[in-house]
Amino acid sequence: MFLSERRRGQLAALSIAAVVIIVGVPLWWRTTETYRAWLPVSQIKELAKLQLQLSADVEVVFARGTVTPEQQKKVPLTQTQEEERAIDGDLIILFLILLIRNTKLESKFFSCHVLFLPEDTALSESPCGSLVVYVIPESSSLLPEDVNVYIGQRRTALLRIGPQMRVGKTLEQLLAHLEPRIKQVLQVMSFSHNDITAALSDRVRFSPDNKESIADSMRAFKSSPGYEITFSLLNPDPKSHRLHWDIEGAVQTYIQPLLTKLSPVANFSIDSQTLYYTMLGVNPRFDTSRSAYTLNADSLAHVINPVEARLGSNAASSNPVLNFLLYVPDAQHSPLYIQGRKKQEVPSNAFHSPRWGGIMVYNVNGFYGSEPEFPVDINIDMAKVMGVFLAQLRLLLGVQSSTPPPGFLVARCGSTGLADWELDRLMWSRSVENVATATTTITSLAQLLDQIGNIVINDNIAQQVSSAVTSLQLAVAELEAGNLGFALQYSKEAILASEKAFFDPSLLHLLYFPDDQKFAIYIPLFLPMCVPILLSLLKIVSEARQRLEC
Amino acid sequence: FTLSIYLSIYLSIYLSIYLSVCLSDSAGQFFSSGHTNNWAVLVCTSRFWFNYRHVANTLSVYRSVKRLGIPDSHIVLMLADDMACNHRNPKPATVFSHKNMELNVYGDDVEVDYRGYEVTVENFLRVLTGRLPPSTPRSKRLLSDDRSNILIYLTGHGGNGFLKFQDSEEISNVELADAFEQMWQKRRYNELLFIIDTCQGASMYERFYSPNLMALASSQVGEDSLSHQPDLAIGVHLMDRYTFYLLEFLEDIHPASKANMNDLFKVCPKSQCVSTPGHRTDLFLRDPGSVLITDFFGSVRKVEITTEAIDLTDPIKEVEERPANGDVHKEMHSYVDQLPVSEIIHQKPKQKDWHPPDGFILGLWTLILLVFFQTYGVKHLRHIF
Repeated sequence: MFLSERRRGQLAALSIAAVVIIVGVPLWWRTTETYRAWLPVSQIKELAKLQLQLSADVEVVFARGTVTPEQQKKVPLTQTQEEERAIDGDLIILFLILLIRNTKLESKFFSCHVLFLPEDTALSESPCGSLVVYVIPESSSLLPEDVNVYIGQRRTALLRIGPQMRVGKTLEQLLAHLEPRIKQVLQVMSFSHNDITAALSDRVRFSPDNKESIADSMRAFKSSPGYEITFSLLNPDPKSHRLHWDIEGAVQTYIQPLLTKLSPVANFSIDSQTLYYTMLGVNPRFDTSRSAYTLNADSLAHVINPVEARLGSNAASSNPVLNFLLYVPDAQHSPLYIQGRKKQEVPSNAFHSPRWGGIMVYNVNGFYGSEPEFPVDINIDMAKVMGVFLAQLRLLLGVQSSTPPPGFLVARCGSTGLADWELDRLMWSRSVENVATATTTITSLAQLLDQIGNIVINDNIAQQVSSAVTSLQLAVAELEAGNLGFALQYSKEAILASEKAFFDPSLLHLLYFPDDQKFAIYIPLFLPMCVPILLSLLKIVSEARQRLEC
Repeated sequence: FTLSIYLSIYLSIYLSIYLSVCLSDSAGQFFSSGHTNNWAVLVCTSRFWFNYRHVANTLSVYRSVKRLGIPDSHIVLMLADDMACNHRNPKPATVFSHKNMELNVYGDDVEVDYRGYEVTVENFLRVLTGRLPPSTPRSKRLLSDDRSNILIYLTGHGGNGFLKFQDSEEISNVELADAFEQMWQKRRYNELLFIIDTCQGASMYERFYSPNLMALASSQVGEDSLSHQPDLAIGVHLMDRYTFYLLEFLEDIHPASKANMNDLFKVCPKSQCVSTPGHRTDLFLRDPGSVLITDFFGSVRKVEITTEAIDLTDPIKEVEERPANGDVHKEMHSYVDQLPVSEIIHQKPKQKDWHPPDGFILGLWTLILLVFFQTYGVKHLRHIF
């Protein structure tokens, strides 16, 4: 049976339209799709709210004379204190302090007049993040008169009961008296509101109360998985001075212990160099009152740039570089002293630049002897030099040495240059900073990938994001539990994974198609094909309607 | 009586202002700008000899920025073509920025990080966003942090909303704005100054939406940026007008100068530039009058006096010369041969493989055979063979 021409034409148009719609459009859609692996977006949104809970364990030990034996039996074993602070609206951070009361009446430590701290004995190796506070009676002669709190090198502190708690007070009053003071000790030794806010400076529009914390946050390097440290000896006058410095031994003895202690925080790599004929670039002025050359504080800012061009860098990674320079002035300009802003003397004769490093001026004219024969052999006193560099290193790495509140006496840090509780402080702020930074990175990555539909999300990126999310959740959980070491480790893993995902080279969105360009591409392809089909479909419809009418 | 009250109030206000000024002066250096280091990304996007002026523009800005203190390690310099060693350069190894060859901006310590065909839109965006492959060396990366002030200078041929790279591709203003937003998300800058010297340059900063961006352009939408002066010996135009006057302005700046951004906005008025330079400061948080030129073009470091030192009393431990097991032997090191010279000298010539004849020879013989068979016909071949 033959179909008429017209009928055949109609069938052809209909079938072509059917093929285009049923087969063509889905095929085109699938082939122009970009591959996007699945991302845990809901978990990322959860994390973006950033509800952190920091908990520190404090063990309180009452010495003899502070509580009566009857009171001792009634002291509660644990007590928690919570403090909720909101930072910038959507962040809520809970400080949860678990106080485990422990009434060991060990008093043999407190009988001598010498300040014999219990930490020197292997009493308790406090895990990192926790503290031990010993409460001593008011009449104790261990601490000097005006000092109420003594903070030791390890994680211990001595707290003297105030005069109003002398005798006959109830246990509740004693505890109520002690709580705010213990909190104050905790703020100095572990974390305070200002520290946490400073650590979150990326997320928060920082409007602080004290300007010191802005200076602190600008000075210290941001958290990074590693740092490169370079020690340089600048000798502008080799004809007069032949300098010898035992840098390897000095680094091994003085710097390495600190860096080993800081190894949970970051990796460090050290190298050293000697530069000859490198001048400072600033002309020092001769000060007749001190018969020495001086550099005043305003010209110090211009010292660094000419020198920096000469400093090589051994760094192959993208880690931040800290430069420590030891400058020995030439014979014409010896001795050279640095003056402070108000023309005061600077005993260390050194200055540092935030996020860059430090420079120390070492005068050698004292080594000349009676009849100097140039060049003079000079052995540099590395202990003095490293003392200054260690102090600068502490500042640059963020170990704050803010002034403690009145009545506090802080033990000098030992030969490593870092007290245990200072390490804890650094670990707290680094953990919070890492968690906040990783969360921000992941959130902005998720937002970016959501907004731009053209970017291909490979499987490895999705995997990095998932592992970052997992590490973040673990880090937050460990912070809650008070395990500082694990929290820092997980936060570091989270940062590494999130940075790897964010900076993956495949995530470059190069193709921006404005709508008119899209039309310009598709219309020449599809219009010539669609117009005949559409017209014949319209003809079919109009004929069908005509037939219905008649 | 009321007069004395007013006087006392006035005095107390004056004193409190004076005191706050004094207090902020000591920490003033820190809080005036909020940055601790400076970076510069200088890009020239044009190829070919007749675009000499774009390379000279970029190199002049590079010179000024180096003179004011930013070290090479903090400058990412992208030049799309090499004018100094171009075959058409009558004075090789020089790039001049002023006629009569007054100033050679090429010099002898130029460090070009991206050269020639490496200057692409992709590489530029990768540098800005940090998405470089892991094998990229440090000198080719922009390792800025949240306390870096970055200067970005672009020059080349541009149009309404795009900038042409290497005469073959283009970057649009939307892509640039998105790149800056990604930099902001990752806090890769503290403040950013964007200068562009192309035709219709103002269109490139129209789409910015991230905070702390300040932008300057040499011409408005619909206007062309013109070049300054040709040099008859070299044969091309040496500089563009906007950058020429910008450089004249920068010559007066030294590292301790206090000139601010408002002076920079006045550079090259319409009488000198023929086009109207434009600027955009609405996204910038600080007042432009308080922003020093050296905040972006130079690198004035903040310094603090070190007031403490740690008392170290241990003597230096002797570094052990021999390791514990004494098993380490010294290896003999020698240079690796770059080329196997001895093998090359004594090489025998290689046997070349035989190829059937092709091309011209084949065609020639075909022609000869065709003519032969045409003339004599096939059946006469019997007489020949």
